[in-house]
Amino acid sequence: MSAGPSLLSGPPLEAGMEHLDAHLARLGALPPGNAHALETLERSGLLGRGGAAFPVATKWRSVAQRARGDAAILANGAEGEPLSHKDRLLMERRPHLVLDGVALAAQTVGARDAVLYVGAAHGAAVAAMREALAERPRAERRMTRLVASPARYVAGEESAAVHFVEAGVALPTATPPRVYERGIGGRPTLVQNVETLAHTALIARYGDAWFRGLGAGTSSGTALLTVSGAVQRRGVVEVPMGSTVGEAIARAGGASDPGDAVLLGGYFGGWVSSEQAWEAPVDAAWLRSQGMALGSGVIAVLPAGRCGVEETARIVAYLADQSARQCGPCVFGLRAIAEAVDRLAHNAARDGDLQRVQRWSGQLAGRGACRHPDGAAVLVGSALRTFDVDFARHAARRGCEARPAQARQGVA
Amino acid sequence: MARHSELAVDRIRCDGRGLCHELFPEMIALDDWGYPILAPGPVPAHLMNHARRAVANCPVLALRLQTARVPANSEAPVRRR
Repeated sequence: MSAGPSLLSGPPLEAGMEHLDAHLARLGALPPGNAHALETLERSGLLGRGGAAFPVATKWRSVAQRARGDAAILANGAEGEPLSHKDRLLMERRPHLVLDGVALAAQTVGARDAVLYVGAAHGAAVAAMREALAERPRAERRMTRLVASPARYVAGEESAAVHFVEAGVALPTATPPRVYERGIGGRPTLVQNVETLAHTALIARYGDAWFRGLGAGTSSGTALLTVSGAVQRRGVVEVPMGSTVGEAIARAGGASDPGDAVLLGGYFGGWVSSEQAWEAPVDAAWLRSQGMALGSGVIAVLPAGRCGVEETARIVAYLADQSARQCGPCVFGLRAIAEAVDRLAHNAARDGDLQRVQRWSGQLAGRGACRHPDGAAVLVGSALRTFDVDFARHAARRGCEARPAQARQGVA
Repeated sequence: MARHSELAVDRIRCDGRGLCHELFPEMIALDDWGYPILAPGPVPAHLMNHARRAVANCPVLALRLQTARVPANSEAPVRRR
């Protein structure tokens, strides 16, 4: 990694939050948000870091065109993904990068108010964002409020976030309209992950060529990743986009007794064999082209001796529990899949359970108001492929070679 | 740009009564819990009456037909059998 600016460069992270004066002394003032800033953002190739990897400039442009100066911004720091910690680390230690991004976006798309939507469970992040906001210029303070989001997985989904800010209900709403058409106060709303906003603050200062140069190969910029499971130092690392997953694991001190699979992208990503994962570049577009996902930047190394079927059962049980319970296919389908995978994991499979899991998970995509069931389907599908031998043994009630009873704590 | 019609369901409203499948099985199947699985893609012109009837009879007004645009140079979206 170069010694130049990046999201986590600057004073040591252990020193806590970087205050506004230090932030400005280190990085200089934020350039204005205008057409030039939008063009720079477009050329930078920045993709959203909340999970969907949508081109950021495209989103800003569509909000700006619809809003005619009357847009709203929602900085999404809900971070409901259980294995992700990168957003709260960023908000705790570099809150002014996020607030710079909010200010830049507000000027660029023409917004008159902004919401900092921060997971209520992330107390230190809420406190840091509140303290940092108090240090901002008066005009920014007046247009910005902090809303603590409930600790529910779907609370971070963009329509659920807007719904919570508007009506106190953190449940997804039917689309259309999408939030960029009608969101907070019925106005076009830019919902953007906090890491994404922080990147825009640096791109505005240093330019698109600088940002592209940070990436490895053809990728642009850096990425915050949360590395967990069988690694020496669990935590958040910042790596050039396009580095391999193996290099990211090395940044976390290297693997410690890894098993034969990695959960890439988190609960809404998927299982990848270690062989394939180690060489895979951390690049949303590339991973997607291979049927994988960067998601919110989670890399969880399955420890040796852990059963992938049992780990998957735990994750699917969580996702079923976290359904907003609004849409039938998600409520009933996810619950049935979770129960069947649980039976498989604990050698209590009924005849046809494996085939039912395959069929049901194949039917989930596109059948919810939000993409919760889609994500679960991808996770289950990846598990069926990666742990095919184990699933077959479990389906025949012959257990597996891993000994899950030894230790209950895996990656999930 | 040509236009064609696609089926869509408001998944929050839908409570799995299953009438849509009864009326339009050509493009609407049901899952094990009675919720619709829509065939992807445009509704062929010769089935549009069935589609409209299914939409009109949905007891919770969850089913709808929406127009989608396809680029003029793409494959003809509507194929008659």
